[in-house]
Amino acid sequence: MEKRIVLNFPAENAQNPVIYDIVKKFDVVPNILKANVKADQGGRMVVELVANENEIKAAIDYIESCGIEVSAIGSKISWNSELCTDCGTCTSSCLSGALTIKAPDWKLQFNPDKCVACKLCLKACPLHLFSMDVSV
Amino acid sequence: MTKSYEEINEKIRKGKAVVLTAEQVSEMARTMSPKEILSKVDVVTTATFGAMCSSGAVLNFGHATPPIRMERIELNGVPVSGGLAAVDTFVGATDCNVQRPEYGGAHVIQELIDGKEVILEAWAKGTDCYPRTHIRTRISLDTINDAILWNPRNAYQNYNVAVNSSDRIRYTYMGTLLPHFKNASYSSAGELSPLLNDPECRTIGLGTRIFLAGAQGYVTYNGTQFNTSKPINEYGVPMGGARTIAVAGEMREMNSRYLRGAYFEKYGVTMYVGIGVPIPILDEDMAARVSIRNEQIETYLEDYGDDFKLIGTTNYAALRSGEIEFNGHKIHTAPLSSLARAREIADILKGWIERGEFLLTAPTRPMPANRSLKSLEENL
Ligand code: SF4
Ligand code: SF4
Repeated sequence: MEKRIVLNFPAENAQNPVIYDIVKKFDVVPNILKANVKADQGGRMVVELVANENEIKAAIDYIESCGIEVSAIGSKISWNSELCTDCGTCTSSCLSGALTIKAPDWKLQFNPDKCVACKLCLKACPLHLFSMDVSV
Repeated sequence: MTKSYEEINEKIRKGKAVVLTAEQVSEMARTMSPKEILSKVDVVTTATFGAMCSSGAVLNFGHATPPIRMERIELNGVPVSGGLAAVDTFVGATDCNVQRPEYGGAHVIQELIDGKEVILEAWAKGTDCYPRTHIRTRISLDTINDAILWNPRNAYQNYNVAVNSSDRIRYTYMGTLLPHFKNASYSSAGELSPLLNDPECRTIGLGTRIFLAGAQGYVTYNGTQFNTSKPINEYGVPMGGARTIAVAGEMREMNSRYLRGAYFEKYGVTMYVGIGVPIPILDEDMAARVSIRNEQIETYLEDYGDDFKLIGTTNYAALRSGEIEFNGHKIHTAPLSSLARAREIADILKGWIERGEFLLTAPTRPMPANRSLKSLEENL
């Protein structure tokens, strides 16, 4: 599987070679999608990890144990709610349950905490109201 | 007891008509007989807001000096019909430029309704009466003569539910269908849907005044692929896509809240259209028809992963629950048309009628009674 995560480097840990470490310690392939980390200030990095689920979990646990905060990139999916017609088409692809539409009001609900950043909604919405924000 | 259109319109003019939405009357019908409903309710409003590919607009640009007999026409780079006289065109909702498949006629129509300017470019061979061979200019609804939404097939009466048994994703006009029955898409507004509340089109015919994308529009004809030969279930509901309506209305009075250009991945452009149809409660039969509930509206499951086979049936109450069961599969269901927006339309139409701003029209000609569909033969 692939999982996209955001690493938040604190200033004191900005030089930690954590990406190198996870390649050596676990069977994961990291793709750095975006990085904005300064040696003296810290910063954020968006990484896609390709591996099986257990290896990814172990790698994330390791990164966190190094004092680097990891957040899911799901929170980085943005939805233009103003133009949304509540058609519900996007919910058919969202098997994680982040996008739901149901009684009584049948308005689309987006719960970023459940989002696994599979990106299926980007193509599923006929009005193209989702975007993946990989800026850090 | 029966009521005539004139009696109902007289009540509307006096602000005394009792108007309910189709959902409200279906709820009422749990405890009331058709006879009681007939005595209490005059009009029921129905609505839908869904993707309707067979839609478009007739535009007349006016003549330039010197004039041109436009033979090839583009609007914002989208090729549209050059086959209507010198300065008329038909913008099909699904027209698009193959270089840019995600933008098409439906988007052009929406931008015009939004008051935006659109670039018109046209070419011609030049004739003695129309000497010009090329023109490129900006147009908007303020600068052109006519802008009429002109949809040949809208508001399908019922529609199959799409599933996919195969092992690859299918990108369709029913949305993204995930492999191995992981999801099912349905498109009708169920008990709120116009043609499900008048399944034999007793009150919907040529000339019926309707809500069309925010304007007062009209049913102009039976829609294309009008089909009366689908099986009818025990509640009088045709199974699968059956009747349709052709509609028209003035684009200048429309609002893009109720009309949207859309693009289905790897399928193409389509247009979401909002339609509301008032149903007069003329007699007990109409009162019974509008009482239809989601659990009584059945439709087929169609397998888009295996030759469009019909593989089962379900109903709208089950579809709305979020999950249906089929052959041991629990299938996650999702709508394609907006129930929230359809409800909004039914409420607006209800308000128009209650305030006496919208009178009902008896059909000037009924819809066809016997129609079936032909398939296209290859005979060369
Ligand atoms: S990215 Fe995937 S999980 Fe997240 S909202 Fe979109 S479809 Fe759902
Ligand atoms: S598919 Fe797009 S328009 Fe429809 S509910 Fe989802 S976000 Fe809104």
